[in-house]
Amino acid sequence: MIDARQLTKRYGEKTAVDGLEFVVKPGTVTGFLGPNGAGKSTTMRMVVGLDAPTSGSVTVNGHRYGRHRAPLQEVGALLEAKSIHPGRSAYHHLRALALTHGIPRRRVEEVVDIAGLSGVARKRAGSFSLGMGQRLGIAAALLGDPQTVMLDEPVNGLDPEGVLWIRNLLTSLAEEGRTVFVSSHLMSEMALVADHLIVVGRGRLLADTTVRDLVREAGGDTVRVATQDPARLRDVLAGPGVDVTGRIGSEELQVTGLTAREIGLTAAEHGIALFELSTRQVSLEEAFMNLTRDAVEYHGSTTGTRTVESVGRLA
Amino acid sequence: MSTLTAATEAAPTAPARPAYRVTGRRVLASEWAKLWSLRSTWITLGLGLLFLVAFGLIAAGRYKSGLGSGRMDRDFARSTAVSLSLFGTNFAQLALGFLGVLVTAGEYSTGMIRSTLAAVPRRLPVLWSKAAVLGLVALVIGTIGVFVAFLFGSRIVAGTPAGMDFSHAGVLRSLLGAGLYLGLVGVIGTALGSLLRSVAGGISVLVAALMLIPGLVTLLPSSWQDDISPCLPSNAGESMFALTHDATSLPPGAGLLVLLGWTALALSGAAYRLLRSDV
Repeated sequence: MIDARQLTKRYGEKTAVDGLEFVVKPGTVTGFLGPNGAGKSTTMRMVVGLDAPTSGSVTVNGHRYGRHRAPLQEVGALLEAKSIHPGRSAYHHLRALALTHGIPRRRVEEVVDIAGLSGVARKRAGSFSLGMGQRLGIAAALLGDPQTVMLDEPVNGLDPEGVLWIRNLLTSLAEEGRTVFVSSHLMSEMALVADHLIVVGRGRLLADTTVRDLVREAGGDTVRVATQDPARLRDVLAGPGVDVTGRIGSEELQVTGLTAREIGLTAAEHGIALFELSTRQVSLEEAFMNLTRDAVEYHGSTTGTRTVESVGRLA
Repeated sequence: MSTLTAATEAAPTAPARPAYRVTGRRVLASEWAKLWSLRSTWITLGLGLLFLVAFGLIAAGRYKSGLGSGRMDRDFARSTAVSLSLFGTNFAQLALGFLGVLVTAGEYSTGMIRSTLAAVPRRLPVLWSKAAVLGLVALVIGTIGVFVAFLFGSRIVAGTPAGMDFSHAGVLRSLLGAGLYLGLVGVIGTALGSLLRSVAGGISVLVAALMLIPGLVTLLPSSWQDDISPCLPSNAGESMFALTHDATSLPPGAGLLVLLGWTALALSGAAYRLLRSDV
């Protein structure tokens, strides 16, 4: 469980994280999404105490990270930047970290196996490819058998097999009841593993929602209908939760809140001829872009600011 | 999370999770393992030892051959077996101080520090452990080096005016003082590396403090010079291992205290920055 309250980080004039407030719950994979420079990495560094918040706080399992007796057992973190000495072998790197907590040698060998590094564990970590480096970082994150696993852009530099491995790993960690917090700037990647999403832009919280809700908020699924008598179709479709739009003089309508099947049946019932009936799904990518485009715009215009605030309140 | 904790509490006889804990001794063990798992450690320590022994023996050899030819400058002519054997400390202190800088600043330049401080978020135990490990290793290597240098150096100059053996008054104190000085230089290097977070910066300040500033002080008016000069780290250190002392140098005990003061100062600066700055 990660609990951020009014978490803020400023570097001089620049505000990297601005009053973030969220809770990451155990048992699910929570995606941490935002464009580059949104403050994801800074937030994660504050979680493990590498950066001190300018104001606000973030706690892990009820305490500040640094107050725990065995921090590696609370949070295992993979940070975006490389956090190894290139001259040390993978095995010695993990062993040195294990020694600080009294973690047995057996566990070091275990995580080496889990990460698939058995063949190269004795080689200097500096000779590793990007993907190998990521695997070593994940091995280090799992070392303390932590309740919370926090990974910053874990799929960066991994080959398809590695990406699949990460996906399965994240899902199984969450199934074991752990808190899994994963950042990414790729919505498509998150959609495959995350149940819950925390979306940030320019250091601010844009949405704290589930994948399904995010799509619905972004407009949901729209059905496009072309008909001989748009005015009458509009009347017969009208109902609670149904929204019909269309331009005057056009045969085309956009309907939300009804499925294509329902529209087709209603039209047949009333004897209205349809020329076209097609469902258009809003992709997660689009929903994400809509959210973050607002974040980019909020400095430019006053209407933009209002949009961001209203989205924040919705969340 | 709460369910996991509750389960552990309900069944204390079969804890689901092992009870790990960070302790000072464990951080020390980790830093010890880190030091020896890098090739650079072996190289720098090897060089330090080589400088101590080789330069000590070269100095002793030159003294002996110079004596035979009768052409020798007066300072060199007043050498003792101790001063000749300790000739290498000037160079060895750079190797050992350099290793100290590498141990701390190297973690910043590579990014390793993020892993280190995520494992030990209280931070200060890391600095104390690094300083202790490096201090101990530099002390042992330095002491071995000077004893070996004296063992063979004193044989080379035996029978000459510089000749001395271990039983001569002050010899043991000088040799142990030299080892202690090298150990403290290692600690100062560690502190500088941690304070400046840059290998190049740490080494520059170390070289300046040990070698350049003593030269610059000679430009000061002589009344100031007499007050400042003995208290510089290198001169305070020299009075720890010099066999004889005159009015311009501190007695060995005072030299040790002054050098300990410098070490404490560097360590406090490093501790302050470690606690206050993000990494």
